[in-house]
Formats: sequence, structure tokens, C-alpha cells
Amino acid sequence: MTTATATRNQIGIDRSPGLWSLAWKRLRADHIAVVSMVIVIAFLLLSVGAFFGLIAKDWNREVAVNYAPPTLFKDSHKAPDTKAGADAGPTVDGAAAKPEFINDRDPLRDVINDLKTQLGQSIGGAATVDSGIKIVDPLADVLTELRKQLGRTGDGAANVVEAKRLDYLPFGADKWGRDVLAKVIQGSETSILVGFAAAIVATIMGTVLGAFAGYYGGKTDDALNWFYSIFSSIPYILLVLAIAAVLKQKGVVTVVLILGLTGWTSIFRLVRAEYLKHKSRDYVRAANAIGASNLRRMFVHIFPNISHVVLVQLSLHVVLFIKSEVILSFLGFGVPVDVVSWGSMLNESQNELILGYWWQLAAATVFMAVLVTAFSLFTDALRDALDPKLK
Amino acid sequence: MTTPLLSIKNLRVKFRLDRHNSFEALKGISFDVMPNQTVALVGESGSGKSVASLAVLGLLPKENATVDKASSIEFEGKNLLKLSNAEKRALRGSEISMIFQEPMSSLNPVFTVGFQIEEVLKEHKGLSGKAARDRAIALLTEVGIPEPAIRIDSFPHQMSGGQQQRVMIAMAIACEPKLLIADEPTTALDVTIQKQILDLIAALQKKHNMSVLFITHDLAVVGDIADHVVVMRSGEIREQGSAQAIFTAPKDDYTRALLACRPVVDSRPKRLPVIDDFMAGRADAMRLEQRSRGVKDSDPVVLEVKGLCKDFVSREGLFGKRIFNAAKDVSFKLRKGKTLGLVGESGSGKTTVGLTIMRLHDATKGEAWFDGKNIFAMSEKEFLPYKKRIQIIFQNPYASLNPRFTVGQIICEPMIIHGIGANAEARAKMAFELLAKVGLPEMSFYKYPHEFSGGQRQRIAIARCLTMKPDILICDESVSALDVSVQAQVLNLLQDLQDEFGMSYIFISHDLAVVKYMSDEVMVMSEGNVVEQGDSDELYAAPKAAYTRRLLDSIPKGLHA
Repeated sequence: MTTATATRNQIGIDRSPGLWSLAWKRLRADHIAVVSMVIVIAFLLLSVGAFFGLIAKDWNREVAVNYAPPTLFKDSHKAPDTKAGADAGPTVDGAAAKPEFINDRDPLRDVINDLKTQLGQSIGGAATVDSGIKIVDPLADVLTELRKQLGRTGDGAANVVEAKRLDYLPFGADKWGRDVLAKVIQGSETSILVGFAAAIVATIMGTVLGAFAGYYGGKTDDALNWFYSIFSSIPYILLVLAIAAVLKQKGVVTVVLILGLTGWTSIFRLVRAEYLKHKSRDYVRAANAIGASNLRRMFVHIFPNISHVVLVQLSLHVVLFIKSEVILSFLGFGVPVDVVSWGSMLNESQNELILGYWWQLAAATVFMAVLVTAFSLFTDALRDALDPKLK
Repeated sequence: MTTPLLSIKNLRVKFRLDRHNSFEALKGISFDVMPNQTVALVGESGSGKSVASLAVLGLLPKENATVDKASSIEFEGKNLLKLSNAEKRALRGSEISMIFQEPMSSLNPVFTVGFQIEEVLKEHKGLSGKAARDRAIALLTEVGIPEPAIRIDSFPHQMSGGQQQRVMIAMAIACEPKLLIADEPTTALDVTIQKQILDLIAALQKKHNMSVLFITHDLAVVGDIADHVVVMRSGEIREQGSAQAIFTAPKDDYTRALLACRPVVDSRPKRLPVIDDFMAGRADAMRLEQRSRGVKDSDPVVLEVKGLCKDFVSREGLFGKRIFNAAKDVSFKLRKGKTLGLVGESGSGKTTVGLTIMRLHDATKGEAWFDGKNIFAMSEKEFLPYKKRIQIIFQNPYASLNPRFTVGQIICEPMIIHGIGANAEARAKMAFELLAKVGLPEMSFYKYPHEFSGGQRQRIAIARCLTMKPDILICDESVSALDVSVQAQVLNLLQDLQDEFGMSYIFISHDLAVVKYMSDEVMVMSEGNVVEQGDSDELYAAPKAAYTRRLLDSIPKGLHA
């Protein structure tokens, strides 16, 4: 409508504020909305940054000693074993550098001592663990070779070239000495990606099916309602297991599909109700009267009028699916082990907690809680802004 | 002179719209309600009449409404504005009570009407179970509910609209209030029911020595019952005086316009005078020029409907179904450039006929011959090219425009669908022309429907229909939701367009005077049947059917002669 725009500029009037600009205005006036929006955007930037490898690229590097505690707990939490090892400098794993650890009550004490002396004799004083292992482990050579090929210089003499490992990290380190902060940022990428992608899948599915069911009614509605009822009558976890079994391979896409395919039901119900309500409204009848086709009435006329409902649902489901991804990964149905996500971090920390290493759990939980809370508050504010009558 | 029961002095109410803007809904109004008197507060939407009644009841929204400090509302010597909430609550329902416009939404659907009346009695009169029930039955008898002892246990949805309003009145008079505020109590009702309710309120007022503050937009309704009339416009009182004086010798131009812009049964000016005409002083001349109506056999027939039936089937129980005949064997001829009026009360099937001709419903039986073809026998696809030739304007202009579309999009859409206009530019140009034709400024093109008043929205809907240059325009209660002065403007517009384009109208309305004004032929419907059909002047002058006579008798005449 080029003339139209031109004429408008000639007359010099601004386009009247539509729903979205009014909602945006209301949203900006809401302090909680602004704060939560800033937090959500910060998270989004983090995960986008992680996606393009701008930050937390090296999350897989072992930068600190195993289970290095968070900086804040430097004093209160002593980690004697790791500390002693770290002090010894480059030859971390050198057995010679390690203080002899003797357990007086060990029933196998004598046997061990015997073995140790034998070892010492056979190699002749210059004992390293590496060569020591070689005696015990027949595959030690192969292992060393493999490690070299992998570029991991985590062992023995090769370790000398690696930079000094840190004793403390701001958020601590995991089993392999990887930085938990980097890991949690990398994990946010997976979690947020999964959350958004699954929410979009579920929303599209729920909206389209809901639109057809509500608009056409009758047999279409009955059929889709049966489909919906079947889906929502199966226990959630069982359904997840079933879909996971059908999809076979593990991966981010699988998780997105699982969540999307199980999560559309509530959106379907809401959208269906909205279409039921709107299809008999006069403006839709008027659209029929001027000859608009069914699809046009459904998606050009009705959809903009219910889009705020869909948007709020989308936002709500992002939150829901971020949590679900965490739960699924925690249970082991989620992303594969080599992909880090908040859920897999929680899964790892299951075992660590027994040993008292709580920081991975804390980092993943705090990040998730902050994002989920901010996103939920944002969703609430969004709903208020889009439908001020509800307040 | 007796002291007034209610005395409103210099009432000013402001509504805060946002941080910077506020809107003055009442600009210092003063009037008195004497004991035993009915005062009518008349004004169109936006005049502030409802705000005044809410102020009396202390029900103004606290968040954004502020009452000026100098204002006072004195009820029996007490200033209502200075009372505490508890005192106000004690007053409401017992001394002052109110009837609302929509009985359907004012009654709680999950309680029986008896329970709701008894609740008022228990709350304010301290009556207990049996006594309250007896009193409730007495009240229902008084407001004319048949078989009150049985109907007391009915739920609101089991009653008709008129009966619901009677229940509302029973609740309002339960505690014998000194002042009854009736806010548009008959607007949502059919004319015959409206007359009954008005008679009931008048009778109760006399019997209980109440005062009634009657709020309405319809000056004609007031004539029958009011002693004193207050005419309001945009928060100001334009004129007040005895009903006699207002109706026979109105001083203010606005009052005169209100009285004249409503079509009457016995006169048909070429154009209805609107408020601007009165302000410009040319109204009297306009009234002299009459328009003649009626059809000749030589007029070509555009649409002929034969034996149209429409049934609605609703499922009942597991396998049962109930068939409701909304229209039974309706036949008529519509002639080119003429108007067929369709009158009847709600539920008479007049809207069903309109929607079925448009094929918004499928006809159960019958034929509709248009342009040599039976449009009921066509498939949806075959009908599409005919769709643009038969158009409809709906009742509620607030609902019939898509709120997410700009007016430009709304007007251009039918052109896009039917391929009218070469490109977007040509369509926009045509939209601008049509906007000018229906009397809307050019910049409306970029606005959204919510920025327009009811009358303007109806103009947008008309412009949308005009894009397709239809042969037949169905007006389904198209002016019923509008204020009388706006109604006159829209009727004039429809008339001008008919003169210019030679369209045929099917004009559906419950308002007999409006139908008389617009129609060449009239068809009266009741419960799906055509009761009477014929030339409009003849039919109104000498109605044959008893039903038609009853309808005509119920038309509010203004002042009772």
C-alpha cells in the first residue's frame, strides 16, 4: 500500500497504536516486567554467545584440580588431598610427590607394603606411577597412546607440559576439573534452546489443532478431542518413555520432540476454547459475509484476536520445558552425556553430593531458578499487558 | 414547598484516564427529586446519566473517579458523599435501591430467584426463613409473576427476560425503599414487554409512595411515566422541567432534536432532522418534505423467497434431539430499489431469515431466486460470486469489525477477496472515496475500530459492504444499538445510498417506528411465522392481525395523550 503510506506521511498522522504497541507501553511501565525482561535477555545473550562459541567455549577443558571448591569457600572448605597434589606443581600425578598415605588399621597393609617394595626393587628407585601402572595394567601403553591421540595430556610425564591447574574457581570445578561456571553457561545454551524449540513445536501443534477443532466443531472436533484425551490420559513419564523408545537415538532434537509432542495438550484446549468463542462472533460472520474462506477466517481474522493467548502460552511453556528438560536429563532420558545441560549437571551431582561436592548442584539450580523465576514473572507481566482487563 | 427527598447540588465527577489526562464526566449538575415523584434523567451515551446514578449509590470506581469537594448529594438531609462505607451499605438496598439494564447479568444464575429475594430481606429486614419466603412470594405476586408460589424456586434462566426484570424489581422494592433508581430498565426488552414493565414501575411508585429516578436514553419512554424530566448532554444539564413542558414546549435545541430525530409512525420526512440541523435552525423546513413509499407491480423483483424454513436441531439426552423451527414457510418478494421491513419481537425468527438469505445458515427448506438462480441450491463455491451481491450490516457495530484490523484493512479486505481494484493503490484510493461517502475523515483509514463511536463504526461497516456494490443489503437491527440522534444520521445515510445506488434493503428491526420510516413493504413475524405482510402505510394504518395491533399499541408515544 505505497500510496496509502505516502498519503499518511503527507497528512502527517502517526499510525494509531495497535494492540502490540499498547501492550509494549504497559509492559515498559511495569517495573517487575522490566527487571525480569533484562534477566531473561541476559540469559538469552549468554546462550547465544555460547552457541556461537563466544563465551564458555573451553568448558570442556580441565582447568582446575578435581572438585576444586568455589572461591568463596576457600577457607571454610579444606581439600587436603587435592591441595597437597596441586602444590607439587607440574608433576601432579607423580607418586613420588605424594606423601605416603598409610592407614594403620588396613588389614591389607602388609600386602601393600610388600607390593611397594617389590615395585621399587624391580624398577630400581626411579619409580613413577606411570611405569608402576604398566606393571599392573597390561593395557597401560595402549591407554597412554590413546590419550595422546585424543590430545589429553592428563597423565604421567606428558602432564608436564600442561599449564598449572587451579586450586579454586569462582564456582568450583567438577570431577574432571572443568570450570562449573563455564559448564553452567554452556548448559544454559542447551536448556534454553531445548525450552524454546520445544515450546514452539508444542505451540504450533496445539494452536493448529485447537484452531481446527474449535473452528470446525462437529466431527473434526470430536476426533481431535479423542486424540487429545488419549494423549492426556497416559501418565506423563510413561509417554515420555514411549516416545523416547520410538525415537531411539538420544540427542537435543529428540528431547525437543519428546517435550513438544507431550506438551501441546494444554495449548490445544485453550486455543480450541478461544476459537469456539470467536467463531460465532459477528466479525467472523461479517468475514464470511464478504466471502472470506474458512482458512482466511481462521488465521487472518480470528488468529490475531487470540494471538495474545498463544503468546502467553508460549512463554509459559518455555518455562515449563526448561524445567522438564532438566527433569528428563536428570532421569537420564534427556540429552546425551556428552552434551552438557543443567539437567545433566544435576544428574552428575547426584553422586557428587554423597562426597560433599555441592557446587555443581548449586550452580545449575541457581541459574535455572533465576531464569525460571524471571521468565515466569515476565509471562505474568506479559499477560497483564496484553489483557489489562484481567487485572 | 416540601423538602426534596434527594437533592443533587453542583455534582462534579472526574475520571482519571492516565497520569496526565482526566475526563470530566459530570460538570456540576444540580437537580432535586421530590418525594413521591418520578424524575427522568435523559441523555445519550456519554451524557453522564449513569455516572450520576452511580454517584448517588456511592458505587463510583474508587481507583480513578474523584468527586469534587464542593459537590453534595443530600438524601433526607444527609450528605451521601460524606457517609462511611458501612453507612452507605446500610442505605443501599433498604432506603435506596436500583434496577439495572440487563436482568440476565444482574441475577446470579446459580441461585433460585426466591433465594435472591430472601437474601435481601434477611440482610436488611432481619426476616427469618418462613417469613422471608412468604414475603418473597408476596413480592412476586405484586410484580405480576404468574404462579409465584411455584416460580419462587425457579432459576433465572428458566424465566423470560421480562420476568427476570420483574424479579429484579421485586428485589429492589423488597425493603420498601424511598428511592428507586432504574437504570435503563427496559432497553434490553421487547416493546410489548417494555410497556408492561413501565406500567408496573408506575403502579408500584404510586402504591408505595416511592420516588423513582428513571434513567434512559429514550425520551419517548419517559413521557408515559415521568413527572419531571432532566435532559443531559456531555455532563451538563441542557434543560429540566415538568414532563408536560419538555414535551410540548422544549426550549433547548438539543431537547427538540432528541424529540424530533426519532422517526414517528405518522410522518415520514425525506430526511430525518439531526442535532446539527436543529443547531442550524433548518429542521422545521426539513420536516415538511415527505417521502412517499410503497411498491408498484411494475417494479422488478430482485429476490424472491419461497417457502423458506429453518430448523435448529439441538441434541437432548443421549440420543434424543429437539427441533426448533426458527422460521416456518416464509415467502416474500424484494423489489429493486425498495425496502422490505421485517418486524417482530426477539425470537420471532426475523434475524434467522436474514442470515439464511445470506447463507450464513443453511436453509432447511425453500428456495431463493436471485438473478434467475436458486441460491439455496448452490454449492459454497458456486455461491461465492453471489456473496458480494448480497451483503449484511450487523446489529452490534462493536462486534462486527475485527478489532485487530485497521479500518483501511477492513474496507480493503472484500476487494482483495473478490479481486476488485487492480492493485493495493487502487483499492486504497477506492477506500478513501468510500470513507468520504459515508462521512468519515480520511485519517480513519489508519485507525483501529475501537477509536470510533458506535455510529462511526456502523458507517465503517456500511463502507465495507459498499466496496462490493451489492444489489441487496440486509440491515439486521443495524441502528438498534445506536443513540437516537446517531440512529437518525445512519438512517439518513442508508436512505441516501439507496437513492444513489438503487440497492434493495431488507430492514430487520424490532423498532416499529424505524421500520415504518425505512420500508416500502413490511412483514410482521412472530415465533417463526409470518403474521402479516403488505404495504407499509396500509399495514400501519389498518393492521389486520391482532399481534400487529398489539405491537403497534406498545410503541411509546412520548406524552400520553
